[in-house]
Amino acid sequence: MMKEASKDIPKRGIFHDRVEVKLQNLTKEFVDKKGKVTVAVNDFSVTIPAGKLIGLLGPSGCGKSTTLYLISGLHKPNSGTIFFGDDDVTNTPPEKRGIGLVFQNYALYPHMTVKQNILFPLENMRVPKAEAQVRAKKMAELVHIGDLMDRKPNQLSGGQQQRVAIARALVKEPRVLLLDEPLSNLDARLRLQTREEIRRIQKETGVTTIFVTHDQEEAMSISDEIIVMNDGLKQQIGHPQDVYEEPINQFVAKFLGNPPINIVPGKLKGEKVVLENGVVIDSGVKQPNQDINIGLRPEYLKLSDKGKIEATVDLVEHIGRDTMLICYINEIGLKIRAIISSERRLTPGEQVKFECSKLFVFNKTTGERYK
Amino acid sequence: MIEYKKDGWRAAIALAPMVFFMLVFTFWPIINAFIWAFLEDFSYGGKGISHGELDGYRWITGGTFIKVGIDNFKTVLTDGLFWDALKNTAIIVIVSVPLTVILGLAIAVGLNSIKRFQGLYQTIFFLPYVTNTIALGMVFATLFHQNYGLVNKVFKNIGFAWINGTTFTGTSEVTFWTALVVLTAYTVWNGLAFKIIVFLSGLQSIDKQYYQAAQIDAAPRWRVFTKITVPLLSPMILYITITSFIGAFKAYSSVIAVFGTGKYGPDGEPNMMITVVGYIYDKMAIGGTPYGVASAASLILFFIILIITMLQLQVSKKRVHY
Repeated sequence: MMKEASKDIPKRGIFHDRVEVKLQNLTKEFVDKKGKVTVAVNDFSVTIPAGKLIGLLGPSGCGKSTTLYLISGLHKPNSGTIFFGDDDVTNTPPEKRGIGLVFQNYALYPHMTVKQNILFPLENMRVPKAEAQVRAKKMAELVHIGDLMDRKPNQLSGGQQQRVAIARALVKEPRVLLLDEPLSNLDARLRLQTREEIRRIQKETGVTTIFVTHDQEEAMSISDEIIVMNDGLKQQIGHPQDVYEEPINQFVAKFLGNPPINIVPGKLKGEKVVLENGVVIDSGVKQPNQDINIGLRPEYLKLSDKGKIEATVDLVEHIGRDTMLICYINEIGLKIRAIISSERRLTPGEQVKFECSKLFVFNKTTGERYK
Repeated sequence: MIEYKKDGWRAAIALAPMVFFMLVFTFWPIINAFIWAFLEDFSYGGKGISHGELDGYRWITGGTFIKVGIDNFKTVLTDGLFWDALKNTAIIVIVSVPLTVILGLAIAVGLNSIKRFQGLYQTIFFLPYVTNTIALGMVFATLFHQNYGLVNKVFKNIGFAWINGTTFTGTSEVTFWTALVVLTAYTVWNGLAFKIIVFLSGLQSIDKQYYQAAQIDAAPRWRVFTKITVPLLSPMILYITITSFIGAFKAYSSVIAVFGTGKYGPDGEPNMMITVVGYIYDKMAIGGTPYGVASAASLILFFIILIITMLQLQVSKKRVHY
């Protein structure tokens, strides 16, 4: 129910509760019929700040959906604790956690109208009819489906179904909103529009929202913070731009960014990096001499006559404002991508020289980044 | 691109054996029944009597007749035994159909929710389906026997003596209602297995996410059942209800199985539990020119089933969600 207080503090969004979600040493193992154990989530600890939109990002099978289901309570962790604010909800059943969950395929009840779908949670909570109607209407208007209330889910487009699912999740005014791959079932155009909608709805309600995605662009574009996961382990959490510019390891660096980062092997010698063709560039790190990989984001490569990395242009892709060059480093033959201003017209076969404005140095075996 | 012409031929060849047997053993008899019902004094394979110009239709009817008319229907509808049979059949339908559908659904939901020994329980509930109908009937007849039936003994001991269902010899204490109890118990038991299997497969095809969504929406169990399970299962429920209605209207073997061959009730009351199909069968068995009357009774049963099925489909339009 809405507390009076919420009306006095409009800055907090339309929901009164804003909770921090804290996961401590969360581990979830699945055992299949043959007794094989799969660790889906491994000693996962993270604090998700209250009232923020958080993207849980990782390749498929990395345990991000499992983490979401652990937060929802549909899965029980093998060990670890989950806090919503000060409440330990680890052993609280899902229906008592105060969460809203939007399933990947929405799971709208196909036999109910949009209105009945949105009313369903309220009827379960025994909210008086008149109040339930008002709340359902308000929520439908928030997600802009006020005129579709009497339709059945199969009469709606994917984007509209998505909105209904969000309205159904939000109508009970949850403490935490969880979205499982919210954009994966939508076409490209709708995806762009819907992610902005999710952002808007989250800002208007102020509910702590966690969404799972494998699409780094999607996560980076709307999240206040992103959590990158791999193999059940947390890799990095932070503001999308910070994670992009200061990745903690090679995995994160490779996972974020489109076109992807260029990884070039080399040897660390003092503060210099020696590439396989003998080119020496500044590394900016102080580490013992060893084999390393350097990471060069396409936009870190600048064309310059003084540049040390010499390459042959293979393909020129005009992508509007910028031009993407696909080149092969001379003598090594390694493919690299660079984004340059479209003012420079180049043709395949031409020789170019690159200077790097910035580079990352990664441990060759662990992928850990040296700073 | 599908090659319709080629595939059409393939389909025709694949279907041909089935179509042939259906034409010979299903459709032709149905057409015959329609024709015979309107032939008066029809004699199958009849020779001897000359019927003048109507003799020319022998190649269609397979016999001789006096004229075309509705005498057969008059005979059936003025026969007290037919109305008895119709009443009995209606009672069997009204009692056994809702009972099997509800029980079947309840057991299927129960089976679906248990985790351990699910396979074992499924096997147990499926046993009646693979057991011989007549053998099952004999078991029920024995269980409910007025003198030494186990059920009856138990009821007698606790002060009731009203489940005298069957008797093999001697004076019968069996009444219509006690006989009905036995017949219903048998019908329900015999029909349950198939319904459980259909419901169970229906339940297992419902996406688990609906239940997860309902759990997160804090839906109590009963509401999950009535608001999610039943509507999502409604096509199955409709299918089972309609086939059960049709099956129950055609009740015949159950009566024979419980009360023994050659009669439709306990000793001394051979027609107590006669059904419409039993009536049709009896009409065919007696001498004279029986096929016309039996066909007329069949047509009446056919239209009753047709009308009820259509009503069910009409009523269910709003309640079934595909």
